[in-house]
Amino acid sequence: MNWRLLVLAAFWLCTTPLFSQDYFPENDGVKAKNNNYTALINAKIYVTPTQIIEKGTLLIKDGKVAAVGTAVNIPQNTVQVDLKGKNIYPSFIDVYSTFGVEQPKRPSRGRRSPQYDPTREGFYWNDHIMAEANAITKFKYDDKSAKALREAGFGVVNSHIQDGIARGTGVLIALKSEGNDAERILDDNSSQYFSFDKSVIKSQSYPTSLMGSMALLRQMYHDASWYQKGNIDTKDRSLEALLANSGLVQIFAAGNAGNVLRADKIGDTFGMQYAILGGGNEFEIINEIKATNAKLIIPINFPDAMDVSDPYQADYVTLKDMRFWNQAPSNPKVLADNDISFSFTLHELKSPATLKEKVMKAIEYGLSESKALEALTSRPASLLGKANSIGSLQTGRYANFLITSGNIFDKETTLYENWVQGEKNIVNAMDQKDIRGTYNLSVGGNMYALAITGEPSKPKAEVKLDTVKLTSTFKYDSDWITLSFNTAEAETYRMTAKVTSGEDNLKGRLLLPDGGDGSFTASRTEGPSDKSKDEKDTAAEAPNVMPVTFPNVGYGYPQKQVAQDMLFKNATVWTGEATGVLENTDVLVKSGKISKIGKDLNAGNAKVIDATGKHLTAGIIDEHSHIAGLAINEAGQNSSAEVKMTDVVDSEDIDLYRNLAGGVTTVQLLHGSANPIGGRSAILRLKWGEPAEKLIFENSPKFIKFALGENVKQSNWESYSRFPQTRMGVEQVFVNYFQRAKEYEALKKSGKAYRYDEEMEVLVEILNGERYISCHSYVQSEINMLMKVADKFDFKVNTFTHILEGYKVYGQSGCYRSYQ
Amino acid sequence: MRKIKYIVVALLIGFIQTGLGQQTPASAQTETISITGATAHIGDGTKIDNCTLIFTNGKITALGAGIAPQGKVINASGKHLYPGFIAPGKSLGLIEVNAVRASNDQDEIGAMIPHIRSLIAYNAESKVVESMRPNGVLLGQVTPKGGRISGTSSIVQFDAWNWEDAAVKVDDGIHLNWPSTFRRGRWWMGEPRGYQPNKDYSEQVEEILSFLRNANAYGKGKTTSVNPAFEASRGIFTGSQRLFVYAQDEKQIIDAITALKEAGVQNLVLVGGYHAHRITDFLKKHDIPVLVNYTHTLPDFADDDYDFTYKLPKLLVDGGLLVGLQNADASNFQTRNLPFYAGQVVGQGLEKEKALQLISGNTAKILGIDDLYGTLAVGKSATLFVSEGDALDMRGNQLSNAFIDGRELSLETHQTELWKRYMGKYSQN
Repeated sequence: MNWRLLVLAAFWLCTTPLFSQDYFPENDGVKAKNNNYTALINAKIYVTPTQIIEKGTLLIKDGKVAAVGTAVNIPQNTVQVDLKGKNIYPSFIDVYSTFGVEQPKRPSRGRRSPQYDPTREGFYWNDHIMAEANAITKFKYDDKSAKALREAGFGVVNSHIQDGIARGTGVLIALKSEGNDAERILDDNSSQYFSFDKSVIKSQSYPTSLMGSMALLRQMYHDASWYQKGNIDTKDRSLEALLANSGLVQIFAAGNAGNVLRADKIGDTFGMQYAILGGGNEFEIINEIKATNAKLIIPINFPDAMDVSDPYQADYVTLKDMRFWNQAPSNPKVLADNDISFSFTLHELKSPATLKEKVMKAIEYGLSESKALEALTSRPASLLGKANSIGSLQTGRYANFLITSGNIFDKETTLYENWVQGEKNIVNAMDQKDIRGTYNLSVGGNMYALAITGEPSKPKAEVKLDTVKLTSTFKYDSDWITLSFNTAEAETYRMTAKVTSGEDNLKGRLLLPDGGDGSFTASRTEGPSDKSKDEKDTAAEAPNVMPVTFPNVGYGYPQKQVAQDMLFKNATVWTGEATGVLENTDVLVKSGKISKIGKDLNAGNAKVIDATGKHLTAGIIDEHSHIAGLAINEAGQNSSAEVKMTDVVDSEDIDLYRNLAGGVTTVQLLHGSANPIGGRSAILRLKWGEPAEKLIFENSPKFIKFALGENVKQSNWESYSRFPQTRMGVEQVFVNYFQRAKEYEALKKSGKAYRYDEEMEVLVEILNGERYISCHSYVQSEINMLMKVADKFDFKVNTFTHILEGYKVYGQSGCYRSYQ
Repeated sequence: MRKIKYIVVALLIGFIQTGLGQQTPASAQTETISITGATAHIGDGTKIDNCTLIFTNGKITALGAGIAPQGKVINASGKHLYPGFIAPGKSLGLIEVNAVRASNDQDEIGAMIPHIRSLIAYNAESKVVESMRPNGVLLGQVTPKGGRISGTSSIVQFDAWNWEDAAVKVDDGIHLNWPSTFRRGRWWMGEPRGYQPNKDYSEQVEEILSFLRNANAYGKGKTTSVNPAFEASRGIFTGSQRLFVYAQDEKQIIDAITALKEAGVQNLVLVGGYHAHRITDFLKKHDIPVLVNYTHTLPDFADDDYDFTYKLPKLLVDGGLLVGLQNADASNFQTRNLPFYAGQVVGQGLEKEKALQLISGNTAKILGIDDLYGTLAVGKSATLFVSEGDALDMRGNQLSNAFIDGRELSLETHQTELWKRYMGKYSQN
């Protein structure tokens, strides 16, 4: 080690006490402990987003805040740094990061038959439940990424393996450059993660749908509780990990506003409160989002403007997307206005460097600066349950902070330093002089005009002779400038100069085109222009955020529709009752119900609608519909009775509006025909503009989709591995499931302990006549078969739908109620 | 007595049950037939009340109110008389059961294959084709599918022993799918999800034009070696064949028509035309007829009017274009609903007789078979039917008699046979 390195090492020792390895032996020298303090004085210190100290002192020792305030007692052995005019903020925290943790990549592979069985042994039956995963096992500190994060203002991130439905635990990492993982890893079991998305490296088919993911999570919790009680003899490392980590912060990667509600619903079912990753569109259903009481993690990848300069391309942009582009930057403001606790994440941002621009945009759209700072500091700290160690600069917290030239959310502000655990990282040189301005540059007998503009820390230069711009390169780094330019005659002048604080002009060494030496002077004629200020004034106009419509897509209502009393006068009324069609008849609607039908009815306070010459009928009911579903099939297993269409209602589907236009007011949203036993139906009232939950009929009769025909055998695509492949097999699926349901119910009724099985619970409802089957069907043989199966288990098939050969089974055994 | 009746019914049913293929094609017209007292919907936008229509040897010989009937008289008082409807752009007879690959002959491999001819693969015994007839759809353009230039279509009538019998116009046109200007982002490849300009568009257009330039040059010179694709394209440059170009948006349509005219294509037909209503003047200037998308389909874009597809044909008619209806994108069996697609346009304010033109007279003109088909006129083929009511309305479309070239065809189908068989079963009980 030569003396230069020793000096460097000594410099680092001043600011980087090795505080955690006292008990490690030292063999490359003698043990030397640095017990000095560092005091940052005269700074404006944001201890928290709301506790701000002017001209304060931040005293740090051993990587932590020793004291903070205006009257801090500074010990003798303190290195002082004067930060007059500068600000100190707690550094940022990202709770939804992949930093340092190797992420699985979707393997490129050809088409092959789907895989139905698990690939693992000793784990949960579904490969996408990987609660046993632990990000620490895939962690490798990566200083290049860490540097990019530090430059964006981050000090601590919580990383996990973003793969699978149960994703295991995260690791909380300080982005400390020097030192080692012993210091960086704040918690190697910081939180437990979940999502609705399957693993990209596992091929097990189930679940193929959002509702399937939801059902799988529910069953996972039921099974965990059964396992916990010691009812399962075999080893299940996934469930063991799930149980072991149940006391941690539970974070759910939902990814959009609707899924935030879905995740929260699962949490509610099992008495848990997830912290939830949203999608930036929470403002659309803010009341429902607020009602979850969840702490949110919010991406701020506000969409770029669509290219509509080509009128033809504009045809392909939906109003929904345009609205989202316009409204998305207001999402943080709306969350703040509704007192929802949220943290920002870099997730979905192309680069950490764009964070500031996006946060500034949110502020421009009405988010207060203190809420923005909270979302980056105190909120993520408290979400992780680590508010006592990170996210603020109170005494005892880690010395994780930023030093800036001013307001951190101001465009002009420079981030000078990002300190992590008391270790200084220079982002931009703090004492670098602002050399921006215009200069007269005298070189080679000519007078050139030199203009230095741009950011004070990274300025650009332009060299002109009269009005002709010359090609030039320019660098300003560590108090030195280097400039070279080519004249019109292709002669190159090169020069360098040290910038000194007391001198406005630039003087230094010049290298002439012929290789000769000289010196140059650039005499400053003007300081930095105030152009940027003017720009700011014009840009200060508040952005025009269009109001949210209900739903927030094309044809949405400006206000939520409210039921009102109405009198329809003089219509031809198709009653659908024994009274038949009544001419010139009035219908009075009160509180959502038909109150009177007759002639010359009194309107009272009801709104009168003249229906002369028009027809009035009950709304059309569609027994078999697949509109307004985010998913239709759970095709991953031959029975999916555990899934619910009510879990995946899409209240923004334009087909709701189109159905209303055709007179359809009610539909049964059915599961598809991918398997013999499908999922539970949702019966919907098509209330355009209401959230999904309000479309679903409460207390309607319960239905489930069954299917016969070719799809359940997977006849029409390349799939040969899932049972059943024949109609013969279809019968056995039904018989087997119903027999098991019978046995399940018997066990349940016996009072003995039993494993709660959501699928079996649903089948038991069918056996008990509490849930009706709506069955997709084609040919006579299979229709008769299902009726015989129903006979055997003593229930009735309510509905055969499609039933192409219904005319062949007329009067067959009478154990059905209706055909569609 | 009653017993005898049952026996007759049973025998009849037994006879019908033996029919495994299509209904037996009718034999040629031997005696003059007069249909009297009907409301004749001519197919050219007019109608004649209380009309008598006479046909002999498969041709209409007289037509009008107050004409004395000749030969066999069919009293159609209170009923309606229509020209046989024509279904363009369908692969009827080229595929029987979509799920059975062995029955699929609608899409040959290759991008530019005008030499692929649909006619020789047309299955005259198709049960799908047979099911068109009871709704009045009596003629169709049998069209290959897929690729850039899918192949060459022919026009057939739907009551034939074989494809030779069926042919009405052999190799009538070539079908070209114009490239998309925009396509959905392939998000799984990291592209944004929304629609993006098709980066390959210019290249794909150039491929078409290069093919056509070569085909045109080939046709002008003498050659010793036959290029099948160029050889099959001759007709579109001489005008003996039409080029059916499938395009939906404005840019596609303008590019296609401008480029194809420049390339020397004589008779162009636009198929699709989702945004054709915005450029009716352009289409009129170039004298381009449109086979517009059928009405019973959802709008392409979420922000379109919910009833946009209902209205589109009328918008084009109002724009002064020659318009026919096609359902090229739909399953073949849906083509029996052709009359109701036209009926939907009546609901949008188009006069009934004009709506009828969309599936009869106009379509015949567009396909180039209007010398014999599409309207009721003296000298034209007696390809027509009698319906109990308005044939464009599901309630009125009940056929009592139908004729192709004067031959009275069976209105039975596989479905009606089953219906009668099971009615028999239940009446036995």
